Amino acid sequence: MLVKRTYEEINAKIRAGKAVVVTAEEVVSMARERGVEETAASVDVVTTGTFGPMCSSGVFLNLGQTKPKIKIKELYLNGVEAYSGLAAVDAYLGATQIPETDPANKRYPGDFNYGGGHLIEELVAGKEVLMEATSYGTDCYPKKKAEKMISLEEMPQAFLFNPRNAYQNYNVAVNLSDKTLYTYMGILKPDLGNANYSTAGQLSPLFNDPYYATIGMGTKIFLGGGIGYVSWFGTQHAPEAPRGDNGVPLAPAGTMAVIGDLKQMDPRWLRGMSFLGYGASLMVGIGIPIPILSEEILRHTAVGDDEIFAPVVDYSEAYPQGTGDTLGQVSYAELKSGEITIGERVVPSAPLSSYPGAREIAAMLKEWIQKGEFMLSRPAFTLPATNEGVDYMKSVGPAFSE
Amino acid sequence: MRQKLVLHFPSTVVEQPFVYHLVKDMKLMVNILKANINPRKEGRMVVEVSGEKEDFLEGVEFLQSRGVKVFPLEQEIVWVKEKCTQCGACTVICPSGALSLKRPEMEIQFDDDKCIICEYCIKACPARAMEARY
Repeated sequence: MLVKRTYEEINAKIRAGKAVVVTAEEVVSMARERGVEETAASVDVVTTGTFGPMCSSGVFLNLGQTKPKIKIKELYLNGVEAYSGLAAVDAYLGATQIPETDPANKRYPGDFNYGGGHLIEELVAGKEVLMEATSYGTDCYPKKKAEKMISLEEMPQAFLFNPRNAYQNYNVAVNLSDKTLYTYMGILKPDLGNANYSTAGQLSPLFNDPYYATIGMGTKIFLGGGIGYVSWFGTQHAPEAPRGDNGVPLAPAGTMAVIGDLKQMDPRWLRGMSFLGYGASLMVGIGIPIPILSEEILRHTAVGDDEIFAPVVDYSEAYPQGTGDTLGQVSYAELKSGEITIGERVVPSAPLSSYPGAREIAAMLKEWIQKGEFMLSRPAFTLPATNEGVDYMKSVGPAFSE
Repeated sequence: MRQKLVLHFPSTVVEQPFVYHLVKDMKLMVNILKANINPRKEGRMVVEVSGEKEDFLEGVEFLQSRGVKVFPLEQEIVWVKEKCTQCGACTVICPSGALSLKRPEMEIQFDDDKCIICEYCIKACPARAMEARY
């Protein structure tokens, strides 16, 4: 039996409260028990989730005008600089920005207790922050200095716009040197003391749609506890990374840029992070529904942790020097067991991405869809599957509609 | 009984044997959790002592009679569950196995009986969900 579904058919079932929705974790055992064909015939949507540190994140803010008006040149929010080389009171606050006063790694390893990510979490939590703005003054924007407490509610607009999130696969970080390393992959103890990894494996969005058959510009997603959209392929999107027989990349590959209204998000799913000796970041919760338009799409969602492999990379030399060397591949099943084998050595492994968080997001999204509260959207075009960039001609016209 | 104690050794007694007597004479089990002992300098040790109650009291009396100050361990490491994102970064940093992942759920669990108060987790936790309390 050839399974074929359209977005319209799936949405009609969602509206009627009849859609069959399972998580990317549930579908693995389902497909193994019943087979791909039967599972594809019964399942309409598979929900995915990930909740991990995503440094390339930030928010566009419009702070609202002052009287008289100001064209902000330099802007600080709780001491954290936001880029304001935009129109008058627009700014972009990045997750890894730290206050000017932070000693950073002058006292190595630096604590980085506060940064852009923490500020974003506080804004979403409804806290007031100190805004300090300066300018040079113009005829149309005479004010040169503004200082006040401001909350997200008072800002006319604010949207999360993350240029690179939800990496499809990522390095397993280890340390071959004889001193401790402090990295964005956490603390790496010397001489293969530990191995840190950072994806949700079988639950992670792009592992479930490895060739981007359904995910693209305009895909409606769970973002930071609210609704968001995939807005573009992310920076460093590398679809031509080596892949296994099941199509799953064996190295960091696809990425996405995502967008969503900050005002409807939840601080639980946007958390400020402090990485000792590295800096501040933001932990972002993302969940993407995958419409089961065909058996092939279901087959890809049914890939389990034992069939997904990540490269082991030395962060004392190979990563910082960009040599491209790896120490082999390990499966996510091994990584999740708490121990991996590198050569002759057994090395303890730990995640930086929250698997329980990923599972909860996938379950929430499943519930929203089951209740008929969340419809699937057809992307304008899918993420590019080659290095050529977006193939606008392959926009989701005929191939994806009826 | 079993109790965690903080022992302060004045510099004048720091080179004398104490654990030996607690083990040999009072039949106490002494588990050294943390020690900072240097010749001719004031020393500090965190120990977990277990044994019969009378032996325990005799041991404390013995230590005090030799000039060692004995305090119950009041510092503790607290896992602030609401702040924890359930990632797992702490689990390979914790040297005593107090922080671990429950599998297959991959949920963090903190067993404070195993905690040796080394405080490594405090800065290893990106969400700052581990706190020291006194």
